[in-house]
Formats: sequence, C-alpha cells, structure tokens
Amino acid sequence: MKKIRTPQGLEALQNSLLQRRDSNKSCVRVCIGTGCRARGSVVVAEAFRNEIKKQNLEIPIDTKQTGCHGFCESGPVIVIGPREIFYQRVKLRDVPEIVSKTLLNGEIIDRLLYVDPTTGQKVLYEHEVPFYEKQRRQILANNGRIDPTDILDYIAVGGYQALAKAITTMSCDEIIGTVEKSGLRGLGGAGFPTGRKWRVCHKVPGDVKFVIGNGDEGDPGAFSDRSLMEANPHSILEGMIIGAYAIGANQGYLYVRAEYPLALKHLQIAIDQAREYGFLGSKIFSSGFDFDIKIIQGGGAFVCGESSALVASIEGKVGEPRAKYIHTVERGLWNEPTNLNNVKTWASVPLIINNGADWYAKIGTEKSKGTAIFSLVGKVNNTGLVEVPMGTQLKEIIYDIGGGILEGKKFKAVQTGGPSGGCIPEELLDLSVDFERLTEAGSMMGSGGMIVMDEDTCMVDVARYFLDFLQYESCGKCVPCREGIKRMLEIVTNIAAGRGKKEDMDLLQELAETIKDFSLCGLGKTAPNTVLSTLRYFREEYETHVRDKKCPAGICKDLIEYFILEDKCTGCGACLKLCPQQAIDAYGLTHTIDPAKCIKCGICRDACSFEAIMVK
Amino acid sequence: MAESDHEYSKVDKIIESYSCEKSALIAVLQEIENSYGYLPAWALRHVSEKLKVPMIQVYGVASFYDAFHLTPRGKHLIRVCLGTACYLRGSARVLEGLERELGIKDGETTRDLTFSLQSVRCLGACALAPVMVVGERYFDKMTPTKVRGALKRVRVYGENEKD
Ligand SMILES: Cc1cc2nc3c(=O)[nH]c(=O)nc-3n(C[C@H](O)[C@H](O)[C@H](O)COP(=O)(O)O)c2cc1C
Ligand code: FES
Repeated sequence: MKKIRTPQGLEALQNSLLQRRDSNKSCVRVCIGTGCRARGSVVVAEAFRNEIKKQNLEIPIDTKQTGCHGFCESGPVIVIGPREIFYQRVKLRDVPEIVSKTLLNGEIIDRLLYVDPTTGQKVLYEHEVPFYEKQRRQILANNGRIDPTDILDYIAVGGYQALAKAITTMSCDEIIGTVEKSGLRGLGGAGFPTGRKWRVCHKVPGDVKFVIGNGDEGDPGAFSDRSLMEANPHSILEGMIIGAYAIGANQGYLYVRAEYPLALKHLQIAIDQAREYGFLGSKIFSSGFDFDIKIIQGGGAFVCGESSALVASIEGKVGEPRAKYIHTVERGLWNEPTNLNNVKTWASVPLIINNGADWYAKIGTEKSKGTAIFSLVGKVNNTGLVEVPMGTQLKEIIYDIGGGILEGKKFKAVQTGGPSGGCIPEELLDLSVDFERLTEAGSMMGSGGMIVMDEDTCMVDVARYFLDFLQYESCGKCVPCREGIKRMLEIVTNIAAGRGKKEDMDLLQELAETIKDFSLCGLGKTAPNTVLSTLRYFREEYETHVRDKKCPAGICKDLIEYFILEDKCTGCGACLKLCPQQAIDAYGLTHTIDPAKCIKCGICRDACSFEAIMVK
Repeated sequence: MAESDHEYSKVDKIIESYSCEKSALIAVLQEIENSYGYLPAWALRHVSEKLKVPMIQVYGVASFYDAFHLTPRGKHLIRVCLGTACYLRGSARVLEGLERELGIKDGETTRDLTFSLQSVRCLGACALAPVMVVGERYFDKMTPTKVRGALKRVRVYGENEKD
C-alpha cells in the first residue's frame, strides 16, 4: 500500500525518508541532463557505481543521477556530498581518482575545480561559482539536487505538501485567490495574470474541463522548460494537480516537443509514480477529486506553442491557431473550458501555496512578481540557465552572472523573447528586466531566451535569420503573416546581398506595422519585432549594407572577401590543405586566396594559428 | 508496390492500440514514422480508411509537422542545429560543410541510404553550440573543419561509440 491518503501520511513518509538518509554520508551526484549527457555523463555515472563496488569500500557511498543544473557549459558536472564539492568537466578516466582521493580521503582534486575566468581563482563549492552566486533559484531550486526519476527524492524535499495543503485545507476560491494575490504571471510568453485566467476558467459553467501544461518550448535558443521537465518533473505535476483541483478539471495534458526525449521520459516516469502514490488517480488525498495527466508529444511546429494551435494539435489536427475572440478558457480542447499554462508557471504554484502569496509578491517589481528564468546563450562566457528576481538589470545578468562577452569582444546587442522578441542595444544595458520594461524596449519576455551578440554579429543577418525562421513556421492561415513575412524576408535578403535600395528601410517599416496589426495570432503579431527593433537601434548598419555595400561585422557573404595578411602568414600550409575549393595558392613564401574560387566557408580562418586570415 | 499482409497488420496493430480514435491521428503517424523511418504512402491510405479521416486531412497533418517525412531516410540521421544560439556561433557553416562533404542538401538523403541530413531549430543543448547530433550521439562545439572526422567516426564506430 503505497498510496498516500492524508497530509499526516505524507509527512510521516517524509520524516522516515529524512531519518533513513544520513546527511553525513558521502554521495556523488552526477548530472545526466541533455547537456552533460552529450558529453558522456551517463558513462561517468556508471563508472562511479562500478568503481565504488570494485574498491570494496567500507563506508557506504550513494550515487545519484540528477537532472540539469543549468550550467551545461562545464559539463559533465558532479557534486560530492556532504561537503558539496563541485567538480566540472569530469571524464571517465577521472573517476577512480575521485573515488580514492576525494570520497575516501577528503582530498580535493585541483584540476577538476571550476576556475573563475575573471579572477582566475578556483572555486570549491557550486554555490560559490559566480554564475550561481547572484541568482535566486526558486523554480530551479531542486534541479541537480534530486533524482528526477525517484518520487521519494521529491517527497524528501517537501514535495506534494502544497497539494496536501491545498486539497485538505483550502477551498477552490482560496487557492485561486492566493494565486491572484501572489501576482504570478504566465512564464510562457505574454505574462498574463495566472490567477485571473484560473478564475475565468473556474467560473465558466461546464462539467468537463481541462488543464494543459505547455512544454513545447519552440523558442530556438531557450532550454529552461527542458531543464525543468528533465530535472524536476514532479514540481510541474504538483502545480497542475493543484490548478486542476481549483478550476474543476479532471483531465490534464502535457504537450512536450519531440526534440526533448529525456524530458518525455522523465515526465512519464513521474506520472506513473504519482499514480502509484495516489497523487494522480481517483480520490486524491481522500477527497472527491479525481485527476489524471496524459503526455502528448509535439510534432515539431513552432506555432503549436500558441494556445489554440496547441489545442488543435492535441485533437489530432493541423496546428492552426484560430481568432482570439474565442477564448480557450471558455472553449478550448474539444470545445470545453481549458486552462493552459507554461510548465514553469505550473511549477511556481506549489511554491506559492507553501510559502504564501505575500512571500511571492515581495519578490520582483511592482507589476512583475517572482523570478524570471533565462537561457543565457550566444557570445557570452558562462552560458546556462539564470533565475533572477524580476527587475534585475540586463548588465547584471550578462556581466555579473554571464561573465561578460566571449573572448573579450565588444557587446553589441542582446535578443530576448525568441523569434517574437527584439534586439536591445548597449545603451539600454541598465534596463530592469520585467514584462513591461522589455516590451517598452521593443522586445518581450517570451519564454526566456536571452541571446547575447557581440561585434561579430551582423544585425541585418539576425533579422534575416528570424524572418527565415518565421516564414517557415507561419502556418499559412492568414495572409498578412504568410505573405507579409515572406516579403520582409525578401527585402532583408536583398539588403544582405548588397542589392538593397534606399527606400527599402521605409518599406520594411510599413510592412512590419501592417503585419503586426492584422495578423491572426501571436506569431504574426510579434513577427516584425526583430525587424522593428533592429531598424530602431541599428539603422546605421542597414544603411551601410545599402549604401556602401559592406557588412561591418563581416558576416553577409556577398559583401565580404577573405584575404591573407602577408606579414602574419608563415606559409605553414594549414589552410591550403583544408580548403575545399583549392582556392589558396602557395607560390611565394606566403599564401594568397583566389577570390574567384573562394566560397567564403571560413575553414581557412579556423585553421590558421597566426591570425593571418582576415575578412574585409 | 504491394505491401505484404504482414506490413498491413503491423499498421493495424498501431491503429488498434489507439482504439481507432480519430484524435489519435498524430500519435498513430508518429508510431508509423518510428517503425519505418518515414510515412509510406500505402500506410497513409490505410490510416485514412481505418480512422475514417479523409486522406486530405491525413496528408495535411503528415506534411504540416516537421516530425513526419514522406520519403525513406538514411541509416544515420544527422541533425544540425540552426537554433539562434548555434547559428550565432556558426552552425550554418557546419551545415554547409556537411552538404559539401555528403554531396546532398539539407533535408536530403544520400543515395546509398547511409546518411540523411536535416537542420533543426534548437535541441535544448544551446550551451554546447554549435551542436550536431547523429542518432543519439552529440557532437558539441562543431566547426566545418571537424565535419569530416565526425562522419568518419560514425561510419566506423556507429552512433553509440563511447568516449
Ligand atoms: C507563435 C507562438 C508560440 C508560442 N510558443 C510557446 C511555447 O513554446 N511555450 C509556451 O509556454 N508558450 C508559448 N506561447 C504562448 C502561449 O500561447 C500561451 O500564452 C502560454 O503558454 C500560456 O501560458 P502562461 O500563461 O503560463 O504563460 C506561444 C505563443 C505564440 C503566439
Ligand atoms: S540553439 Fe542549438 S541547441 Fe539550442
């Protein structure tokens, strides 16, 4: 009998788990999230188990596989308890040494410690790594601490207690009121007040209602939802169960993109275990409330992250959005009232129920409460997941947490909000990041992508990149979006190829505003943002492309030429061997590039150790 | 090409495991795609008949979602990430390198059915950008120069080689 029927039963289970777990016992926690796994962490974890067996140790040592810490840059990462020593870039061959030195004798292995790139100092503990130090991890707090495939680990850290509290001590009205008062806003994009959405869905008459968790994470360059689903799936389930109880839904769906196989797997395991313990199924916590969750694997279309398209997709149809005047909360899945939230929004709910609305409302800014999670990527030193209170300045995120720009280059812009967002220039680096400020700056919060661009990034190319993405992903249902984005892409492609005309910029502006006003769904309405924001802040760069037929960043292929600096070239022949076009000559002491043969693939520049190959 | 009864009953099993539900169309197609590596035309017609969903809707769904393919694919599927993080760090050049090396374009399959090449938008491993994945094997921080070596390793050791 595993089923937990009362809050007391849950507490007793937690206490017995905590008692059984000796907090002084050594434990190796190996991250097996997507990032670390890509670098071989599964093999490392296995090696630890084998090595510990082989060395026939007297003291017992636990090994645990955890989900993503969000610091994938340094993977595979491991943490050794009870001292919480943090090792990074651990290889298979390091394992025996870690067991015999660190685990048995408490010796630190210097070369595996993280080195702070700004001070050059070694860091012993994970929480002292500057990347983590300045963060406030709430939603991600247990990422990397618990084994996502073991529900007992989640229960040991207080899991499902919010659910127990909500069901046994709170009315639906109180739960919704608490969420309203907390100020929680949707973390999937638009930042709609979560409590208000729940309230409407609760009030709409109907016996059959649905809740949906949006784990589609279509923003290319964001991975916070992935990390959460992989590392702490139960927190999402718990939030959904509480929400379903408050709203009056008996069936939930989790829509997860197929590109995230590990998230799909961990969520399924979590659902099965939650059923075993009675957190899903019938009469949850001995109440009259029945609820279950089913996973739907996405088909790989960006637009399916949009609520009405997502609903169509669950119904087995082509994922086309519909007009907004029909609200999903009133007529959603199979025309029944449906409440959709992002997975991070759901995972925030247990925190609010446990700690109270006031606790949550204290964090953040006046209108944006709580924390925001960003996937900090691009040309920045520390890439990874950043959770900070709303209102944190951009420069704190990029410089203090992200460690500044890669290779000491110059900052140019930061892009937030994915394909729907915009580019923010250097002048606005002290912007306090919340829903309102980002929108004012011509960008948006989106689902948390934060992409840092340096001087080697061409803003015209960035605009072209996002337009290309969007014209491919446009579902084709409405004309402004389907045709308009294509035309914008055409114009920007022409500019990038040196065929731009002076009047193109104004035409772009006009097109962008029309598409924004007349598209059917959020995809089209936000599609022009990158163009508008780059025109607003980087017009110069467009003009240089049009007027001088030059790409200052050296990216747009039609406007650049590779050449070799004679005084730096040593004639070593490295580039010559690799050039796929045989475009490099070696008649003299140094090499030269034949521009007629060169396809500008850049392989020669990668190969040169003397920085002799340049772009003009 | 006439398919054997055996193939038909395989597809039948998939459809029946979803109780012939119309709304399970996407899930059914996903399973067929998983077992054949693509969606054969005969299977689409069969699904249309069994689920009583018009062929135009089946085809609509099959061609709308990136997860589905209408032509056979190679033994090794190479996915190159063109997500923003990877793109900024040069993944378009990696894709071009692969196209040159394999003699095929994005979305195509080599004639010997060894490799299929497909660009994708973000694999959620942005910290390792640019990322290329062959089957389940990840290649991080890719450059065009590393392409040839990576392909060779897949040819020789397959997709599951451990470091
Ligand atoms: C084109 C488009 C794509 C979207 N993609 C996502 C997505 O991948 N994940 C997500 O949570 N929300 C996405 N949204 C926002 C959803 O429509 C919806 O607002 C959100 O999931 C609601 O949850 P929230 O209130 O918790 O943010 C997208 C919206 C649009 C217009
Ligand atoms: S952008 Fe390539 S993995 Fe995310």
